[in-house]
Amino acid sequence: MRRGEPSSTRSLPKAETGIEGLDEITGGGFPRGRPTLICGSAGCGKTLLAMEFLVRGATQFGEPGVFLTFEETGEELRQNVRSLGFDLRHLADQKKLLVDYVHVERSEIEETGEYDLEGLFIRLGHAIDTIGAKRVALDTIETLFGGLSNAAVLRSELRRLFRWLKDKGVTAVITGERGEGRLTRHGLEEYVSDCVIALDHRITDQLSTRRLRIVKYRGTVHGTNEYPFLIEEDGISVLPITSLGLRHEASTERISTGVPRLDAMLGGQGVYRGSSVLISGTAGIGKTSFAAHFADATCRRGERCLYFAFEESESQLLRNMRSIGLDLTPWLKKGLLRIHATRPTAYGLETHLAALHKLVNEFDPRLVIVDPITNFLKAGTQSETEAMLTRLIDFLKARQTTALFTSLSHGSSSLEQSEATVSSLIDTWLLLRDIELGGERNRGMYILKSRGMAHSNQIREFLLTDRGVELKDVYVGPEGVLTGSMRLAQEAREQAVAVGRQQEIERRQRDLERKRNALEAQAIAQRAQFEAEEHELELLIAQEQAAAASMVEGRQDLARSRKADTHAKSASNGSRRMATRGARK
Amino acid sequence: MKHYPGEPQTLESLHATSAAERKAWELRLYVAGKTGKSVAAFENLKRLCDEHLPGEYRIEVVDLLVHPQLAKGDQIVAIPTLVRKLPPPIRKVIGDLSNIERTLVGLQLRPSKQ
Repeated sequence: MRRGEPSSTRSLPKAETGIEGLDEITGGGFPRGRPTLICGSAGCGKTLLAMEFLVRGATQFGEPGVFLTFEETGEELRQNVRSLGFDLRHLADQKKLLVDYVHVERSEIEETGEYDLEGLFIRLGHAIDTIGAKRVALDTIETLFGGLSNAAVLRSELRRLFRWLKDKGVTAVITGERGEGRLTRHGLEEYVSDCVIALDHRITDQLSTRRLRIVKYRGTVHGTNEYPFLIEEDGISVLPITSLGLRHEASTERISTGVPRLDAMLGGQGVYRGSSVLISGTAGIGKTSFAAHFADATCRRGERCLYFAFEESESQLLRNMRSIGLDLTPWLKKGLLRIHATRPTAYGLETHLAALHKLVNEFDPRLVIVDPITNFLKAGTQSETEAMLTRLIDFLKARQTTALFTSLSHGSSSLEQSEATVSSLIDTWLLLRDIELGGERNRGMYILKSRGMAHSNQIREFLLTDRGVELKDVYVGPEGVLTGSMRLAQEAREQAVAVGRQQEIERRQRDLERKRNALEAQAIAQRAQFEAEEHELELLIAQEQAAAASMVEGRQDLARSRKADTHAKSASNGSRRMATRGARK
Repeated sequence: MKHYPGEPQTLESLHATSAAERKAWELRLYVAGKTGKSVAAFENLKRLCDEHLPGEYRIEVVDLLVHPQLAKGDQIVAIPTLVRKLPPPIRKVIGDLSNIERTLVGLQLRPSKQ
């Protein structure tokens, strides 16, 4: 995990705790060879933290440990930590972990004169030497104040004990009960000054959350926030995710939403990988259906998807999605999909966040769906929810994991308002809303925003069909977007108009054809007439020529008879005959 | 204190006369090395026993520097600690036993009035 903690190499030598998340906030673990104080009220997990430190040291880092318990017997302790999977007996057999129960029963003790706690030193020293321990836990040494009355002796002896532990070079964890107005009831923090960790177990609205804070850590830059932590089947895990910040890489890869026409609206390629997507809308609008499409598309690509269902159980979700033709069961069987269904009110926000964090780390999904985030408001206040979502989104972004949230909005007027706070965290926001028009309630969808891509500004109607979500074409009428049966009516109207237009065209085409035919017939008739006239004219010309010729002959005959010179006149007659022949051609 | 430090041992030899008789009282004194407090505790104890339990006691001195593993059994934290093993129930008196009255109360040889 990317984190901005300083490297532990430059500061004090550290003893790794092996506890998930704790090494990150402490920059590598507890100060090696020094005592660390863990304080907190009853039942906040001090003993478990101390025990896990020893067990992990013994099993993971080859550092045997001694657990000096003042409150529980060895057997009780063994049983208590067995639930975390720690087998103390086995570790004891391997000489990796010794548990010594130190019991001081006040009722059977009388004090007289001077004494010291050398007995305790000897016991501890003997235990350390027996297994070559590198780690020691004292839980809770303050119990001695209840067993022995001479506080002055106890104080000086405790001071000596902590110095002695340092001299021994063991990394010690000392637990202390939280006192009135100070960290521990008997002021152990005065003696243990290198590292102090406070645990807290707070209850708000009947929901409890465990938190951890580093009060001080000499010589180390450490996270100063309160970090939620969980106690689970395999130990403690702390969430160091408050300090992630805006340092994540932005991917240019695009992934499909699983609804092709929605992809088309989002610049044709879907959303960016690693971005955060919010689908908000009123009850029953189809948010989960959209989410299921996202999940289906992710699994189809062979990527893992983690689905947090806060409203429906796994089987209910699967059944409901089957009704719209989305069968997610094969993905579950293939291990690509995991559905985690819990009630939001089951735990506090921090615990939810810790659980999300842990599951994401375990399953390593490429898409995380939280359906819906609004239910978290029931487990915390608005600002807490917001802080939690910021952390969740930062965490997912740092992992390049795409996040999909659904959000239930109430009423239509405050739709945008109610989520304004979340808005800034969201990259792509799809708004689903009811469109009430013509006595119907229909489903409309538009992209409120989508950072870094061209996207459609249209309001689209969508249907939940047995083939999933279908986006329909847009019909804009005088009253806005037409949906439902009004859209169907509009579609029918448009079709009727189209048919009408087609018929008109055909009619006109026929008309024109008829006109052309008429025109052609007329042309033929006129031509025939013309030809007839021409023919007539030719005949006339021929007759005329014949007449003229006979007249010339008659004249020549006359001239011959009169012996006249006729040369010029016969030439002019010849040219006239040629001109007539040209016109006829 | 010539046996000391050494094996856990009874100091019967030192009190041969009393040890031979009834030993209804079995006392064990835990110490850590020969410190002023240890020596004082042993001497105070011996004086007290001779006075109040003549011939009825047995004292065992355990040096935890030599036998650290023995500290666990009697839940020893403070040094010196005197443990009354017999008669039951187990009683412990911690400190150098300089206050005889309190030691007697601790060993239930005298009822606590306060």
